[in-house]
Amino acid sequence: MSESGVPGQFAAVVEEPRTETGIRRMVLNMGPQHPSTHGVLRLKIELDGEIIVHCEPDIGYLHTGIEKEFEQKHYQQAVTLTDRVDYLAPLSNNLGYCLAVEKLLGLEIPPQAQWMRVMLTEFTRLNSHLVWLATHAIDIGAMSVFLYCFREREEILRIFEMFSGQRMMTSYFRIGGLALEPPRGWYQRVKKFIDVFPSRVDEYENLLTNNPIWIGRTKGVGFISLEDMLDLGITGPMLRAAGLPLDARKYAPYTSYDKFDFEVVTRTENDVYARYQCRIEEMRQSARIIKQAMEGMPSGPWHADSPHVVLPDREKMKTQMEALIYHFKIVTEGFRVPEGEVYQVIESPRGELGYYVVSDGTTKPYRVHMRTPSFGNLQATPKLVEGILIADVIASIGSMDFVLGDTDR
Amino acid sequence: MLPDSLRENAAALAVEGFDSAAVTGGKFDRGELTLEIAPERIVAVCEFLKYEQKFIRLSSVTAVDRYPAEPRFEAVYHLHSVERNQRLRVKCRLQGQDPEIDSLTAVWRSANWYEREVFDLFGIRFRNHPNLKRIMMPEDWEGYPLRKDYPVTGPRV
Repeated sequence: MSESGVPGQFAAVVEEPRTETGIRRMVLNMGPQHPSTHGVLRLKIELDGEIIVHCEPDIGYLHTGIEKEFEQKHYQQAVTLTDRVDYLAPLSNNLGYCLAVEKLLGLEIPPQAQWMRVMLTEFTRLNSHLVWLATHAIDIGAMSVFLYCFREREEILRIFEMFSGQRMMTSYFRIGGLALEPPRGWYQRVKKFIDVFPSRVDEYENLLTNNPIWIGRTKGVGFISLEDMLDLGITGPMLRAAGLPLDARKYAPYTSYDKFDFEVVTRTENDVYARYQCRIEEMRQSARIIKQAMEGMPSGPWHADSPHVVLPDREKMKTQMEALIYHFKIVTEGFRVPEGEVYQVIESPRGELGYYVVSDGTTKPYRVHMRTPSFGNLQATPKLVEGILIADVIASIGSMDFVLGDTDR
Repeated sequence: MLPDSLRENAAALAVEGFDSAAVTGGKFDRGELTLEIAPERIVAVCEFLKYEQKFIRLSSVTAVDRYPAEPRFEAVYHLHSVERNQRLRVKCRLQGQDPEIDSLTAVWRSANWYEREVFDLFGIRFRNHPNLKRIMMPEDWEGYPLRKDYPVTGPRV
């Protein structure tokens, strides 16, 4: 950097004359359509040789005003919006929103629905981590991992499709429970998948864990101190790869996560490789939870006993007058939610996902704010990449595992 | 003044002990603690909460528009103490059409983007913010979309 140069003054850098040695700073515009930014993220990077002097993320390309949209929809209708926030983990978002509204309503969810919710959110975590691993590996240059991961992801999407009719935007959770009970043959399919899945994780590890190129590209890359992480709002596997076992499933259990036996995976190396190890191990833990949920699934109803919130069974509607009235009321004007505000935090695959729902006693949310993990994590990008080589940028930002829909909302 | 219902609450009492004039209200509802703080004391109170009360994480910053009521805006901060496994909601009520409040970027660096988002979508100005510009909307956008008087449909004027 020349002596006159102030990092971040991009226009000045472009105009800057060469120094006597012939070197001058360069401004590099990465994105918004760069394949490694997984969506539309733009990074303005200022380079001195190959070292990054300054980085400024530019987001908002995927901003769709979802929080405003919430205010126009009934509580139940709004569930479909939550899928579209983090499109790789739709059920985690469904869950966060449903839990927040259920907390406002004071609903008790029956055990079977809760266990099913746990099972499906863990499937979402697998889905999300698989896509992360596939694309992260392809970014760094390991093409074949992508094909392996998408083989399993495809099966997970089929499992999703089987119960909800949708591959990605499942909207399967309802306020008060679940939409339907899973179809016949679904459990067998899940069992088949979950029996082979751990060996599939071994396959990914075979491809990467001891691969010298992978180690060379990821070990010791992308360090950021734990204090900086907490101060900058990073959560999720990144924090756990720095040694802090912060996982909402453990410290503030929701949806009976406290009844399941699993470990919060931590590493202490705090680099891209440690984050990779963390997520791999989390996949094994998720598979463990799914297995437990399937084996110990309690029996009982699929939704709360609350006729003014939950749609009645089809059969009842044809025989009972009250059921028909409730159905009409819920569909046409929605249900009223008592006044108040809640902040419900869950552990999404990317970190802390918080839903802040404010109700004014009507049938539509007065305000919904989503504290999304990608937004918090992405804020630390400058801290993460400043001072490192341009060649390590992709590995570093890839290890954050952000989704731009989740960032921009 | 701290309401009587919060006299048993350790975190609420600590804040009142630190600066009793700063606390203008609060409640404990559905297991969540909310403290209302006078806007001009927000930085001092948050420094106390972070360094003395171990709320090392700022989880989110957002706002609620109570249009047409006055004070119109609420700035809402969600704090998280990892050590004590506790969450706290801090709220400031702001008067007028063009409210201002001090920025918390000096206390938590994560406030930077969170506050930019609130500025972008609600038009609340944060004093002493290092880089207060739009983050979600285009830079030449007019109006603040999450305000309640912002139209949802119709042609763009």
